[in-house]
Amino acid sequence: MAIVFEKTKGLTDAVTHYCPGCTHGIVHRLVGESLEELGIIGDAVGVAPVGCSVMAYNYFSCDMVQAPHGRAPAVATGLKRALPDNIIFTYQGDGDLAAIGTAETVHIAARGENVTIIFINNAIYGMTGGQMAPTTLPGQVTQTTPYGRDTSYSGNPIRVCEMISTLDGAAYVERVAVNNVKNVIKAKAAIKRGFEMQMQKKGLSLIEVVSTCPTNWGLTPVNALKWLEENMLPYYPLGNYKNTKLEGEE
Amino acid sequence: MSKQLMKGNEALAEAAMRAGCKHFFGYPITPQTEVAAYFAKKMPKIGGTFLQAESEVAAINMVLGAASAGVRAMTSSSSPGISLKTEGISYLAGSDLPCLIINVQRGGPGLGGIQPSQSDYFQATKAPGHGDLHLLVYAPESVQEIIAYVFEAFDKAEQYRVPAMLLLDGTLGQMMEPVDFDLLPTAKPADKPWATNGHKNKREHNIVNSLYLKPEELEIKNFERFERYEVIKQNEQKAEEYMLDDAEIVIAAVGLSARVAKSAINQARAEGIKVGLIRPITLFPFPVDYFTKIKNNPNVKEILTVEMNMGQMIDDVRLAVECKKPVSLLNRSGGIVPSPSEVYNRIVELNGGKK
Repeated sequence: MAIVFEKTKGLTDAVTHYCPGCTHGIVHRLVGESLEELGIIGDAVGVAPVGCSVMAYNYFSCDMVQAPHGRAPAVATGLKRALPDNIIFTYQGDGDLAAIGTAETVHIAARGENVTIIFINNAIYGMTGGQMAPTTLPGQVTQTTPYGRDTSYSGNPIRVCEMISTLDGAAYVERVAVNNVKNVIKAKAAIKRGFEMQMQKKGLSLIEVVSTCPTNWGLTPVNALKWLEENMLPYYPLGNYKNTKLEGEE
Repeated sequence: MSKQLMKGNEALAEAAMRAGCKHFFGYPITPQTEVAAYFAKKMPKIGGTFLQAESEVAAINMVLGAASAGVRAMTSSSSPGISLKTEGISYLAGSDLPCLIINVQRGGPGLGGIQPSQSDYFQATKAPGHGDLHLLVYAPESVQEIIAYVFEAFDKAEQYRVPAMLLLDGTLGQMMEPVDFDLLPTAKPADKPWATNGHKNKREHNIVNSLYLKPEELEIKNFERFERYEVIKQNEQKAEEYMLDDAEIVIAAVGLSARVAKSAINQARAEGIKVGLIRPITLFPFPVDYFTKIKNNPNVKEILTVEMNMGQMIDDVRLAVECKKPVSLLNRSGGIVPSPSEVYNRIVELNGGKK
């Protein structure tokens, strides 16, 4: 019988610690498949953040470094400057990338490092039990915004793709989601394109993946996807925010 | 090539490149900015990386990334900047990564001042970051010694898989002295099978990490690291002994303070006062063995530490002699260097006022 589907070689056989219904698993697979299809597993070095995906170093089959909270872009910069012909990527959540690591995120883009950032935006701190993230929506209830995020008090969410795309060093910035099959396929294409940008040394690529956190949102996995569609997508519009032509593209 | 006149900060940068370091990440801060400026000028010519980071925090984490890749990497800063780097330093130590960190100390706390100081002694030797960790810490006293210990620091950092620090007082970074690069040894880079440089599908994936959620695993890692520190304590203690053989008064001082102390000792010796010096060169490991020798020596009556801080190394000296000798402190703070006459006067005082 012909094999029509198998696990990607981009992932190890380790069992992940993610909660049931969490979309990290999907994104991990898309990254692993992209590495495999581009033939770069042996060249890649990934950087795991602090947050839910801290243990990504056990899940991706390429070499991995675990960075301090928010510092993955700086660690990736050091790796890339030492290994300019390797493929360096970070995998970061919203607290890591857009709160404690904002400076590192902005400056890796400003420098136009040939690095690929996979950014998981689920509008909450998952690992620590559901506190307000820089991307928590206005009115959203979290452990640290128990009456809903009051923007006049707690400030406004950051739209990362919109911000990063203003920087000249950013070559490719796209926001995708993994809430349905169609969007998963689009997300895969974006992640793969991000790596291709790096392979062709075009500059920074950042793919924001709008994701769910059923556990800390207090929703079932299915209802979490519905909540994402009704609340997050209007605030964080999907699409391309910055693009650069790859070789052979008109 | 014979001797040339160089600033400490520039000589250390030159030495690092000769030691095979082609990756420097830094952020401007007085009084060490010449380090960055020198690298900025020279690194492009040897195909190396000089990168001005957006912050001290980013710079040390770039070092972490480059060190993970297996290359010799370093950063340089001064006191307030080192405070910012302590997060990365802890992760480097926890991930068993070798690298070189330079601290050209200025006065603190806070923004303090920009004049030379030795007030980061505690930070460098006791608590360079959160958690159980140490750095290898070297405190040279001259520009020639700076370049020698740049080589030693890289080699030993790799041998033991620990970050190393050169702890200089601001003066050493700024002063110009004759320096001879021909006297440098050959660098001895270690194999790095643990490096995350792409496995090329030929080995298992490497992981550079400091997270161990199971307490039993973290405990094993910490005990293993401290076993390495014990080996370091046994093998790597370094100090200079100056006129120590018959000394009744022993001064302990490092870096610039030691040079001032030597002037005072020469003056006192000329008047027949039996005074000598132990100059620790490694601060971690603290050269306890050198103090053990004087601990039970009945000739030794007094120990004096000369420091450019409020009295920090004095604690290590007291521990090393197990309080078997009186230990007192002569110190200046805020960026002031003690003068040879101040030290001489104290020597005379400790000698019972007799010249």
